[in-house]
Amino acid sequence: MSAATVISRRAVLAGSGALLLSFSSAGRLFAQDNAPPQPVTTLPAPPPLPGSLKQAPYLDSWIRIDADGAISVCTGKAELGQGIKTALMQIAAEELDVDFDRIKLITADTALTPNEGYTAGSHSMQDSGAAIMNAAAQVRQLLIAEAATRAGVPAAQMTTQDAAVIAPDGRRFGYGELVSAQLLHVAATATSPLKDPSQYKIMNRRIARVDIPAKLTGGAAFVQDLRPDGMVHARIVRPPSYGAQLASVDDAAVRKMPGVLQVVRDGSFLAVVAQREFQAIEAMRALAAAARWNETAKLPDAARLGAFLTGLPAQDITVLDRQRPAAGGAKTLSATYSRPYLAHGSIGPSCAVAKLENDTLTVWTHTQGVYPDRDAIAEMLGMPKEKVRCIHSEGAGCYGHNGADDAAADAALLARAIPGRPVRVQWTREQEHAWEPYGPAMLIKLDAALDDGGNIVNWDHEVWSNTHSMRPGPAGSLLAARSLDKPFPEPPPKPIPMPEGGGDRNSIPIYKIPGARVIYHFLPTMPVRVSALRALGGFMNVFAIESFMDELAAAAGADPVAFRLKHLDDPRAREVVATAAERFGWTTKPRSAAPGRGRGFAFARYKNLAAYCAIACEVEVDRDTGRARMRRAVAAVDSGQVVNSDGIANQIEGAILQSMSWTLYESVSFNERRITSVDWSSYPILRFSAVPDEMEIHVINRPGRPFLGSGEAGQGPAAAAVANAVADATGHRFRDLPISAERIKAAMGV
Amino acid sequence: MRLLRFALAFCVLLALTAGVFTIVAWRPAIGPIAPPAVNSFDPALVKRGAELAAIGDCDVCHTVPGGRALAGGRAVPTPFGSIYSTNITPDPETGIGQWSQAAFQRALRLGVRRDGAYLYPAFPFDHFTLVSDDDDNALYAYLMTRAPAYAPPTPDKLPLPLNIRFVMFAWDFLFLHPGPYRADATHDGAWNRGAYLVDGLGHCGACHTPRNLFGAERADLKFSGSEVEGWTAYALNDLSPAPVPWNAAALRHYLRYGYEDSHGVARGPMTEVAGDLHAIPADDMRAIATYVAAQMNHAAPEQDVVVQGAEMQRDRGTTDTAASADSQSNALRAIDTKNDEGAVIYAGACAGCHEGPRALPYGGIDLMLTSAIGGPSANNLVNIVLYGLPAAEAAHAPIMPGFAGAMNDAQIVALARYLRARFSDKGPWTDIAKSIHDTRNRGRPLTIGHPAVIEPAPSGRSTAGAQ
Amino acid sequence: MKLNVNGTPHNVDVDPRTPLLYVLRGDLELNAAKFGCGLGQCGACTVLVDGEPAFSCVTPVALLADKQITTLEGLGTSERPAPIQRAFIEAQAAQCGYCIPGIMMRAHALLQKNPRASEADIRAFLEPHLCRCGTHMRILRAIHRAQAEMMSANAGGSG
Repeated sequence: MSAATVISRRAVLAGSGALLLSFSSAGRLFAQDNAPPQPVTTLPAPPPLPGSLKQAPYLDSWIRIDADGAISVCTGKAELGQGIKTALMQIAAEELDVDFDRIKLITADTALTPNEGYTAGSHSMQDSGAAIMNAAAQVRQLLIAEAATRAGVPAAQMTTQDAAVIAPDGRRFGYGELVSAQLLHVAATATSPLKDPSQYKIMNRRIARVDIPAKLTGGAAFVQDLRPDGMVHARIVRPPSYGAQLASVDDAAVRKMPGVLQVVRDGSFLAVVAQREFQAIEAMRALAAAARWNETAKLPDAARLGAFLTGLPAQDITVLDRQRPAAGGAKTLSATYSRPYLAHGSIGPSCAVAKLENDTLTVWTHTQGVYPDRDAIAEMLGMPKEKVRCIHSEGAGCYGHNGADDAAADAALLARAIPGRPVRVQWTREQEHAWEPYGPAMLIKLDAALDDGGNIVNWDHEVWSNTHSMRPGPAGSLLAARSLDKPFPEPPPKPIPMPEGGGDRNSIPIYKIPGARVIYHFLPTMPVRVSALRALGGFMNVFAIESFMDELAAAAGADPVAFRLKHLDDPRAREVVATAAERFGWTTKPRSAAPGRGRGFAFARYKNLAAYCAIACEVEVDRDTGRARMRRAVAAVDSGQVVNSDGIANQIEGAILQSMSWTLYESVSFNERRITSVDWSSYPILRFSAVPDEMEIHVINRPGRPFLGSGEAGQGPAAAAVANAVADATGHRFRDLPISAERIKAAMGV
Repeated sequence: MRLLRFALAFCVLLALTAGVFTIVAWRPAIGPIAPPAVNSFDPALVKRGAELAAIGDCDVCHTVPGGRALAGGRAVPTPFGSIYSTNITPDPETGIGQWSQAAFQRALRLGVRRDGAYLYPAFPFDHFTLVSDDDDNALYAYLMTRAPAYAPPTPDKLPLPLNIRFVMFAWDFLFLHPGPYRADATHDGAWNRGAYLVDGLGHCGACHTPRNLFGAERADLKFSGSEVEGWTAYALNDLSPAPVPWNAAALRHYLRYGYEDSHGVARGPMTEVAGDLHAIPADDMRAIATYVAAQMNHAAPEQDVVVQGAEMQRDRGTTDTAASADSQSNALRAIDTKNDEGAVIYAGACAGCHEGPRALPYGGIDLMLTSAIGGPSANNLVNIVLYGLPAAEAAHAPIMPGFAGAMNDAQIVALARYLRARFSDKGPWTDIAKSIHDTRNRGRPLTIGHPAVIEPAPSGRSTAGAQ
Repeated sequence: MKLNVNGTPHNVDVDPRTPLLYVLRGDLELNAAKFGCGLGQCGACTVLVDGEPAFSCVTPVALLADKQITTLEGLGTSERPAPIQRAFIEAQAAQCGYCIPGIMMRAHALLQKNPRASEADIRAFLEPHLCRCGTHMRILRAIHRAQAEMMSANAGGSG
């Protein structure tokens, strides 16, 4: 068993055919439903098609060309603010050999686009990017072949330019006139005539994002901006704690309030619909005051989360078991790291619009997965799936499974209560803070041994965590569905298997270590609502591993960067580490003379198979207040073939700042019954006063190499780089997040 | 000739007086010393010094916001001009690095600098004179083990003759009662400990006691309240305007956490005080709270203030039509809330937070409970309405938006009138418009204050969860 | 009641207690000002009232009868963007973009009042705003860019 684990992992790292197969299975598990896998093709065995072509092999699922030459590209992925729309358009335009502006991109819509599961896990480029790249190349090939047939000229002599195929004699066949009904309705083949990266005109260019201008000039860009005719406004009255039952609500007065159209109650699901938004808000306040709840929630002691986690019943999963007869290390080291629950905290609370008309329900939602959300909503309402359409509309920043799926379910229920009218549900700030699923609290125990030469010879990693995914799923994954009079049961949590992983994501050290063992103590008991938050377990595992690497380096008397290089073979990893260190001036720039300064370094490859990211940073710790601030950061990232380096840099900058905020400031707070961090004053995050002075991101391009997801690659390294820098500045090692001012001040004493 | 003789006699008399005056008033310099080594101090003494420095809020006056800690340079506004705090880091050239223990003690006890010059009582040595020798030594140990910062002093902006420090001799003669503290036998140990801390290092009276023409605290009006840096420091004696009376437990919570459920949130200069008091030992806090509570003789020690606050809200009611108490003023009865501009503003701008379910310190306080509305002057309310409570970097602290941009003076007047009438049983304010004008036109920014740390009190008090 | 928005008077029939944000978005169908918290904590709803930044989520329209309200739409359009908009687009200073309009309004107000605002001034002035995606570095760069453009435009114009 352990040998087999090692082989498939090595195959994954080497990117062989096994890689694609495991992606395929991971894709199904992402869907987290019990339905049989989608039929892939009519061939007897699944062909090794790139990316999401496995799930949707027909070319016209991805690329459609009208008779007038208009080109639509479909993706099952969603724009979350990460710039994916632009990147995918660049890919399609490049391989179709057309101008960027010719491409119209349609994103996740259960009526129009392929099912690509969730826009998550930094998979969009690897899944959708690869599918579109290959599909577009194959479409171009088909267009050329068709034109060649009409021109009576060998295909090899045809060229493409400006959305037309050109014959040697100059005859032009526009793409529009070449397509017939069936031309593109063919299954993709495993190989494609891809362009040579050295010929790229659109890919590997910092093309301005297509979605930004509207967002900065008042254009309609978000689900919150939708205003279909006849739209009415709804607000939900959520309970004061998990699982609370609505005992009674005297809504007589609320029904009479101005503009109120309906008060909807189904079991403990309580909502009010009004003509105008502020009327809905005032009615919600009155309705909440009139509601009486029976509360039963029992939350753990927030001050003793570590002991709580390790005391829970666990399913132990051996993630890695690579034993070597212990020759006995010269030095052994042990450390335990922890983090509390962390919130997404998107600036725009969740929102959805839904309309039930002629038996068909349409939901506009910013869910990360329109298909799974659609399936769950259909099950909740007892409707056939084909009668429910979920259309992705952008929300504010999406960093995982937030309240979007639930807001969609809320809107669906209310649309059913008021058929024929679009109903807009807007969660309040307090509801978003209290009801979104959090990144789970985690505890990690690390043990390692060094030999006389300062090499790590043995490594033990144990991680305790809840699941990192409770996404829809069955109807019971939806908050509303669990609170109905006939409630749907919450589905049991399941671990996401490696190589993706959940709580064990990135738990396998990428370093060269002869003997290593990784155990994931999967904890099914979830008193606090949890699910996927950007990088999943990758944040905490990398924070722990990279902090521990620094502790080991210190024990070995080695420089942190040199120590890492000593244990890294992968040349791409080494280059990323060396680049970040060199651009930061790790060995060349003299240390700042200002008081309280420290430097830190960290590196990881997201999931050990996506993008590589190394970060060096300098922090400043104020002795009197204990406050730590990042002053400067330099990052290097390798994302494979670069499509839009500005997009990558934007994501890494954002990851560094967001991760810094998680690391230094954040923890969800609760008492024995209720979540108490319900707004920005009780859950403070980074503000402008703490933003670094300088930040540089160096993107290393790898022409022709597979795309590597980069949206989450910065979270873990940033956290560890900050912790290592604080340790350097203060002489104290902080292993429990957040590394707050109070903790630093307490450690530094008077 | 007689005139000349008179003139001569007069001059001789003047010279003699001046001579006597100089001889009596002159203070010698105390010789400089080499800065003592940091490890020459007992760590326990340094720790005690840190606690005492927190009680004395040394860092608040002696640090420019965002500047080096204790390096001075902060303007302390007085009616006479601006005085700038000094560098009390152990920097030998620009700080107190060359001060001996004796020099340090003399400064606190008698208000005299190492070089013999008089200190201005903006440095409240009229309070610090009460500090005991042992505590002076602890403070000395603490300050001498801080990081030295090179920061030359900022010249004070005082008119003649006040810019001649020598004249402070007269002030000291009249108003300084040199310490150290002597116990009052008619009170118990806890009270005395409290008096020692509050009247000594805590120097609460420096803000909470009105001053006379010479800028000295009026002993006959001790703790009767005063105006400081644009804020009203409320009375801490029988004149306390708090709608729910304070008791020791409430004070302990307020001073430690910067808020209390039945009184509100510390604002203005008090945020810095609460921030400093956050970590002081429980015994010291207990003593301080006991003493202050004792000044407010009408405090209700038996009844829990939370219960009292809740009862008050129930009695008054929170609906527009509540006007049950007989003592309601005519102003309240006359309010037509449908057409009252202040009521409309309150409903749209304030009620969402101030009648919402989020508990203190984060959610807005029920306005019936706050001295800002029950107090004698509109000053603090106006400050808050104009500038709010800005977000503090990374701190768990209440955030309130300011309305200086959205509301004009007339609108704030209407709002303040409404709030006063609806949420208090006192007569209308007369100073609203002037308060607004003065605050908007202050020469220097209002001290809003960011608490160093306000942590939520241990669970039990916060009961409201999400809506 | 009458509201002056972006130089145009509008007659809106709303309860005067209604916060401006819901009137802008609901009655006037303007998109830029956003609902982020409704509590005055995040800045996503920021507009200008007589040139001063205000949180539209806690500003009832009753306060605004004789005042000039400016939203991002009033500064410029995608065809003719204002300097602040052009700067943000060129700097690609957005990830999800939800918080940006509020920040742009506040930055615009600062640069109007204090064209020579320093980096420290700008950071302090932006403190009421939250950005969860971590776009802060680009936002600051974009504001400097706008500042440079506005200052050179003034220099050229005053010649």
